Amino acid sequence: MIATLIFYILGAIAVIATLIAITRRNPVHAVIYLVNCFFALALIFYLLGAPLVAAWEVIIYAGAIMVLFLFIIMMLRLSPTTDPSRYSPRWVQWLPVLLIAIALAVCTMLLTGMDNLSAEGVPRWYASPRDFGYSLFHEYALAIEIASFQLLFAAVGAFYVGKPEALRGVKEEGR
Amino acid sequence: MIVPMGHLLILATILFLLGLACVIAWRNLIMILIGIEVMLNAVCLTLVGASAYWQRIDGQIMVIFMMAMTSAEVSISLAMVVYLQRRKNSIDIRDFDEMRG
Repeated sequence: MIATLIFYILGAIAVIATLIAITRRNPVHAVIYLVNCFFALALIFYLLGAPLVAAWEVIIYAGAIMVLFLFIIMMLRLSPTTDPSRYSPRWVQWLPVLLIAIALAVCTMLLTGMDNLSAEGVPRWYASPRDFGYSLFHEYALAIEIASFQLLFAAVGAFYVGKPEALRGVKEEGR
Repeated sequence: MIVPMGHLLILATILFLLGLACVIAWRNLIMILIGIEVMLNAVCLTLVGASAYWQRIDGQIMVIFMMAMTSAEVSISLAMVVYLQRRKNSIDIRDFDEMRG
């Protein structure tokens, strides 16, 4: 039954982290809290019998996409919406994210401590990476191809939009 | 299932509504994209929950395709944010309302 308890704790952490994230004025703070929310969601995925999806949640969402967000936010050098004194790192500002991170770490340790999840009332069913890969590349092989094309088009589109020459043409037309 | 399906759907609904509120309330493009991320994650949670409920693997595979879709969406939309910022020196969506849409 400890798994059920951990689920509710993780759900509360996810909701609280999201609530804090969407009310921050500074986008960097919002991204940090969102990473915590994604970690909580990854642990929930693990509890629901999806270990591979949990790993990809951490790697792709928390690792790649959020770092891309941070990179763009830093690159844009947005004019600060508030006075710089708000950005001085006082310990009170670190407190919520610290508490959330500690709670997540404790949940992770409890989960790894439960050696055999099925002994705790957790269903025996879970998608092992072997089953997952088999199903992905047999039943959904065509969808994989389409998804790879989609990523290729996204890369080409992002490259085209991000090119400085694209902007030059627009400015000349506007004159 | 370790929890009833209803509780899982309630959690996903709360997360989705938080993301929706973020998209509607903010005028900052970056925060709007963050709201979209939250909504997509709520949908991922629903899919994984359904996969565990029916004990079939298809829901988790849908999550993988959603992740591919999200990566494409984020890369293009962030490139467009950079483009708009270069063009008007602002990422406030009120500066981009010439079409009166």
